[in-house]
Amino acid sequence: MTEKLTRQPFILRNPQVLVVLAVLAVFTVAVTLLSQAYGSGVIPTSTVKVLGKTLCLALAAVAMDLVWGYLGILSLGQMAFFALGGYLIGQWLMYARTESIVAASLAQNPIPPTPAELQEGVANQIFGVVGSADLPLVWSFAHSLPIQLLLVLAVPGLLALVFGWLAFRSRVNGVYLSILTQAMTLALALWLFQNDSGFRGNNGLSGLQNIPGLDGIDQATLSVWFLWASALALALAYVLAAWLVSGKFGSVVRAIRDDETRVRFLGYPVEGFKLVVFTLAAMITAVAGALYYPQAGIINPAELMPIASIYLAVWVAIGGRGRLYGAIIGAVVVSLLSSWFTGGRAPSIHLPGYVVNWVDWWQVALGLSFVLVTLFAPKGIAGIFDRLGGILPPQRHGRDLGPDQGALQEQEAKA
Amino acid sequence: MSALLEVDSISVSFDGFKAINNLSFNIGEAELRAVIGPNGAGKTTFMDIVTGKTRPDAGDVKWGTPPKSLLRMNEAQIAREGVGRKFQRPTVFEDQTVADNLTMALKASRNPFSVLGWRPSAASDDKVADLASEVGLAQQVGRKAGELSHGQKQWLEIGMLLAQEPRLLLVDEPAAGMTLAEREQTTALLVRLAQTRAVVVVEHDMDFVRRLNCKVTVLHQGSVLAEGSLDHVTRNPDVIEVYLGR
Repeated sequence: MTEKLTRQPFILRNPQVLVVLAVLAVFTVAVTLLSQAYGSGVIPTSTVKVLGKTLCLALAAVAMDLVWGYLGILSLGQMAFFALGGYLIGQWLMYARTESIVAASLAQNPIPPTPAELQEGVANQIFGVVGSADLPLVWSFAHSLPIQLLLVLAVPGLLALVFGWLAFRSRVNGVYLSILTQAMTLALALWLFQNDSGFRGNNGLSGLQNIPGLDGIDQATLSVWFLWASALALALAYVLAAWLVSGKFGSVVRAIRDDETRVRFLGYPVEGFKLVVFTLAAMITAVAGALYYPQAGIINPAELMPIASIYLAVWVAIGGRGRLYGAIIGAVVVSLLSSWFTGGRAPSIHLPGYVVNWVDWWQVALGLSFVLVTLFAPKGIAGIFDRLGGILPPQRHGRDLGPDQGALQEQEAKA
Repeated sequence: MSALLEVDSISVSFDGFKAINNLSFNIGEAELRAVIGPNGAGKTTFMDIVTGKTRPDAGDVKWGTPPKSLLRMNEAQIAREGVGRKFQRPTVFEDQTVADNLTMALKASRNPFSVLGWRPSAASDDKVADLASEVGLAQQVGRKAGELSHGQKQWLEIGMLLAQEPRLLLVDEPAAGMTLAEREQTTALLVRLAQTRAVVVVEHDMDFVRRLNCKVTVLHQGSVLAEGSLDHVTRNPDVIEVYLGR
């Protein structure tokens, strides 16, 4: 008698998708009703921004989980894509806003300004700080929102595609690949730090919280709008990621993580699968960045330093690799705790003879918890949900009963 | 008899050690062949070359009619051409169910985007169920492969090979770690499979080879020492010397 293969709709096979979407919806509505713009005002605008940014970090963590938890590539360069997304949207935000300011000031002149004069004025305003008055070539499309939005997807996607093609084709794996991804983000950061990179060197792009064309709308309202956009992006990406890892594609991707060579002998082009997931994850991460930096208001090359990507890996590890909701939990919990502990508001612990100041000790605590999770709970926080849901690894104690008895081991056979 | 696979005087050396030395080997469209030889004779290296894992320093490997060289293809392309390989150690995806393992191996487009659009159908379900019962895992389709016993994993891997519908099957020590009953089943299966495709079995165990009752190729120091029926090669003085020592 053959066991019937169960086939259910996507949602029934993945009930966690519904739970995540419901929690996200409740969260968004609750924050909206408590915000200053749309509700009682219990939550100040700065906190709404922190929550909106946290959703973007969760989005980046979902992408990281695809790459690390499912595909098995510990990428330590994910935040390069995140920051690229921020820079590309920042170009338009800064250009369009500066343009309106320059246009307003030039309007007082007796002769209306020519487009060339206008552009010169904008370039002077933006690049005066790095001693330049020319608009760099990379700002050619900064005047156009649709093109910059397209670039938010295209540039990080292309970078991931080219980098991935070179790395995967030469079969760079494991820790070497991690180092390579780290080198990529570091190289990009060092290039952006230069004044003549065309991205204002270490000044970065600023004033991104002011959305051109929405001058009449205050930050309280804007912060809620960005929270909605971030929540929507997270919801869509979550459904996409869950769909991606649920079917045969997900099966192959997890197989590549576990035994790449064997997958090759099944006839699957391993490099192609890696490229698809890596590129898609880079694009998701870039969208997260493009939503994050308008809420943060400023971006500079320090955001690309490898440490940022390592934090992302720590969040996913603590939340639970290989579980998409684990990545969200890890990113939300750890990043909110981080900002609380390092914000100086956490009460210090007074030990006899020493005062534990959390601003100094939080890093140590985080590092320690990362080590502990890796050693004792490799499934992270999501492991708790696995246990509640009854998804347990088989108890494989005792000796093998021998080939004829099938899979049961001594302990299982007794039970 | 037209040759399906023609290995033409290949050589490969690792750090000066000649693992394969001017080896030539042919196998027909539907033929069962046993390859035996002492440790280090080059049996596994031979399989590595045919499946694209190792590149030979000299020689050519031709496949099918009209013959084309396998040397310019990578492992995945060779697998798609119809060369299936069973490893010595059972390698199945332990974190996934028996059904998932078999579904992945089913003959279908391997392109990432086609895989993304692939949906299970009644036909694919039936195929998976048939394969599972053929290798005696009908009761286990929903279990994770990691929970299976060693012998069951071997069978699952054989099931995955069958799902690929290869034209040439390379089997590395299939009987390793199997019980007597399982060995007999395996022999019967290999003989049956060889009626419709080429099967090359690499094996240490003479009893097992005798049961296969097929042409035998003896490898020694990377080249063919003798070829013929088992009785023929075991009477060969060179073979006796290599196997039994002086």
